[in-house]
Amino acid sequence: MNGAQDLGGMHGFGPVRPEPDEPVFHAEWERRVFALAMAMGFTGTWNLDGSRSARESLPPAEYLASSYYAIWLRALETQIAAHGLASPEEMARGISDAPARPVGRVLTAGILEPRFRAGFPSDRPSQGPARFAAGDAVRARNLHPVGHTRLPRYVRGHLGRVERVHGAFVLPDTNATGAGENPAWLYTVAFAAAELWGPDADPNQRVMVEMFEPYLDAVAA
Amino acid sequence: MAHEHRDHDHPHGHPHGSDLTPVEARVRALESLLVEKGYVEPAALDALVEMYETKVGPHNGARVVARAWTDPAFRARLLSDATPAIAELDIGGRGGEHMVVVANAPGEHNLVVCTLCSCYPWPVLGLPPVWYKAPPYRARAVIDPRGVLAEFGLHLPESTRITVWDSTAETRYMVLPERPAGTEGWDEARLASLVTRDAMIGTGLPKSPEQAA
Repeated sequence: MNGAQDLGGMHGFGPVRPEPDEPVFHAEWERRVFALAMAMGFTGTWNLDGSRSARESLPPAEYLASSYYAIWLRALETQIAAHGLASPEEMARGISDAPARPVGRVLTAGILEPRFRAGFPSDRPSQGPARFAAGDAVRARNLHPVGHTRLPRYVRGHLGRVERVHGAFVLPDTNATGAGENPAWLYTVAFAAAELWGPDADPNQRVMVEMFEPYLDAVAA
Repeated sequence: MAHEHRDHDHPHGHPHGSDLTPVEARVRALESLLVEKGYVEPAALDALVEMYETKVGPHNGARVVARAWTDPAFRARLLSDATPAIAELDIGGRGGEHMVVVANAPGEHNLVVCTLCSCYPWPVLGLPPVWYKAPPYRARAVIDPRGVLAEFGLHLPESTRITVWDSTAETRYMVLPERPAGTEGWDEARLASLVTRDAMIGTGLPKSPEQAA
């Protein structure tokens, strides 16, 4: 969606402000939101793309005015309610007044390290041959889906070149809504800065973007 | 203790005093509810926090970089297929299932960003700093990387090509910086002490021997 999360190329946010010796978390509630989001994600009720979709669905003004873990908290509450795990009233009071809904699995301290060390890979067997090879000229499609996508606005319609073929991966656009993983070939596509930002751009800069095959059109050589 | 101000024996979210901010009260109520429902285990929540505060962090990535600086065969494996190479050091997992390492070289500088959210290579760098997740960096890294680097005190010559990697999929990027001069004969542990988090994002360079002294 053309939401506030799609920030590449925007102006006006001011300088980057690194914090010396920054702690991992800035408040106890941030620790708990992080852990709750991880543990609830582990139940398998939704997936990572669904979580990203929930976060970027916040109204743009609220997204931009919220701290990172405040966005996570809002999205977590939204998903818990949307999937029927608890009602907004229960969350507000902190007290259960309805039976729990069964979940696929519960994260325990005993399995945390081996399970997270193994990871949660997103590559999948390919459903067919790759359409593009390294070196091919491609154009990012000018798509504006209202749902989740990982195609940033700043590359849409622009000409690039395939740098690397990664293999087939879960397609976020359909996975986010539970409409299926639909594995798609994933490519690194190189864009010259001048192609993206015009003639005043740095001539000695390029941007590499990870792009799924449905985001790309072929360009005649 | 992570929960010295918390009360796990208080499952029903009774009033917890008036000193809580609204967001603190909301999070506490949510955790109480999810524990009561049986969706989350309190010990797992504490272990998650401990893992990402103490075990998973940029010291892991520094070991990878130091190994690449001292072992050319490892460096070659790291740059061709990073995930199994990093696993040789028993590093990997959530947020780093599909790693790509890109090498700086004379005249070539790499910078990693996630314009759409906060994708970051957790197993090697830990959780991202606030600035990496905030709008100024995400907005400008792709349109004005040289200006962003200058704000970090890194002034690259115009002849140095900058390649920005936007982490828009589940692939995760880490920069392999150039080995600082004056470190001939150093062992891996000593080299690792020069490798900063920012050097592996591309917003900085490794410390020189003089800076580390």
